[in-house]
Amino acid sequence: MKDGTEKEALGEVTFSLPTATRITLRINAAQKQMDVLPWTTLLDALRDYLDLTGTKKGCDHGQCGACTVLVDGKRIISCLTLAIMKDGSDVTTVEGLANGDGLHPIQQAFIDHDAFQCGYCTPGQICSAIGMINEGRAKTADDIRELMSGNICRCGAYPNIVAAIQQAMQADRGRAA
Amino acid sequence: MNSFSYTRAGDVAGAVSEVSGNRAAKFIAGGTNLIDLMKENVARPGRLVDITRLPLSRIEDTPDGGLRLGALVTNADTAYNEQVERRYPLLSRAILAGASPQLRNMATNGGNLLQRARCYYFYDTATPCNKREPGTGCSAIEGFNRMHAILGASEQCIAVHPSDMCIALAALEAVVRVTGRNGDRAIPFADFHRLPGETPDIDSNLGVDEIITSIDLPSKGFADHHAYLKVRDRKAYAFALVSVAAALEMSGDTIKEARLALGGVAHKPWRNTEAEGLLKGKHATRDSFQIVAEAFMRDAKGLSHNTFKIELAKRAIVRALKHAAQMETRP
Repeated sequence: MKDGTEKEALGEVTFSLPTATRITLRINAAQKQMDVLPWTTLLDALRDYLDLTGTKKGCDHGQCGACTVLVDGKRIISCLTLAIMKDGSDVTTVEGLANGDGLHPIQQAFIDHDAFQCGYCTPGQICSAIGMINEGRAKTADDIRELMSGNICRCGAYPNIVAAIQQAMQADRGRAA
Repeated sequence: MNSFSYTRAGDVAGAVSEVSGNRAAKFIAGGTNLIDLMKENVARPGRLVDITRLPLSRIEDTPDGGLRLGALVTNADTAYNEQVERRYPLLSRAILAGASPQLRNMATNGGNLLQRARCYYFYDTATPCNKREPGTGCSAIEGFNRMHAILGASEQCIAVHPSDMCIALAALEAVVRVTGRNGDRAIPFADFHRLPGETPDIDSNLGVDEIITSIDLPSKGFADHHAYLKVRDRKAYAFALVSVAAALEMSGDTIKEARLALGGVAHKPWRNTEAEGLLKGKHATRDSFQIVAEAFMRDAKGLSHNTFKIELAKRAIVRALKHAAQMETRP
């Protein structure tokens, strides 16, 4: 803990002891309030405060993508995001994708194509794929591989993940047509 | 992560006053580098000043025909901005060569300039590092230094700047606009980052009580003849071993102006205007590109594990120039 004893080493430094701050997040379409300390990451807030354990902690350093969620519609890394900085934001996790018992098309496509083995990276893969499709930049399988490169799969299910995403993108285009 | 206090800045002046005279305070925006460094105990700020709600999130024309990139625009929004894609495709390509889509959705333009070295010894608090703890020594010089500098290094530090975006900004000769307690400044990109010298702990010439407000691109975007070539251990989501931003202004196959900036080779984006000048008035040929590549690497010095980078950089320069001159199609 920081206290007055650090004053000498750092020169003219003043700070008050941190306290928990009440924040409001709209998570999977429900308003949630919680008291967080400044260093609570969005990932820890989801998993430890709200029991939304679908979002996974892999590397905890922004390298694996297992913690990917959608904030205000954009895919981000929740382990490198401080919850306090997202006060007032809209967060979608893997738990918020299905419509009742009806799976999201990406979820269904992952099942159809057996796009996982152990499943640990899957929530991040699925949220990332939704974010990628929203961005509208992926046209080819090569594009998908490049634009999904922030999500690592240790089981190596990549070919099936790409196939699943292609299926969902085709269904998406079909609906738009 | 150590404990710290948090405040959200409401305006630029307020943000500056929060860090003025408080060395323990740091700005935070995207957080993609700082939070990681805090988790590794490399950065231990006592106070974070959240600047994400400051009004620095716009991309707009400048009066002199250039483009102003707000410091808080994300890397993704910059790379995919219609004006940037059309007028400065070199910048767009460089940004998209870096990090991952999720990180580019978070990381800001100002933060990209201020990201710290990826040297493994800098990250490893169990080893000496002059950048992390001045005066303790450099573990990389006699250590595993495959990713390290071949140009501009010092006895104190051989780390390289990890950015892709900054390599394009160096070639485009962007200007970094900052504001601080003593007013506004405009820093030419070449003067923004520092060589390690005797003070490798200081990465840039941004004052401790200054904040980046925008990065201004001059009107000249080299949209017709440009290339960003990044050579790395795997094809995606890896830092550069060597990267080259090449920008040419051509008349027929004669080069009127050439700009080259190299990444992965030095503590800052590496320019050599004397070597670039060798191309002025020359025809775009493999031989003339080879001469420039040799001139660029004349003072390069390899270490135990990275000597391969010298030849790699020469070949990357030639290939990037060939792409820029459209002598061969892009990969």
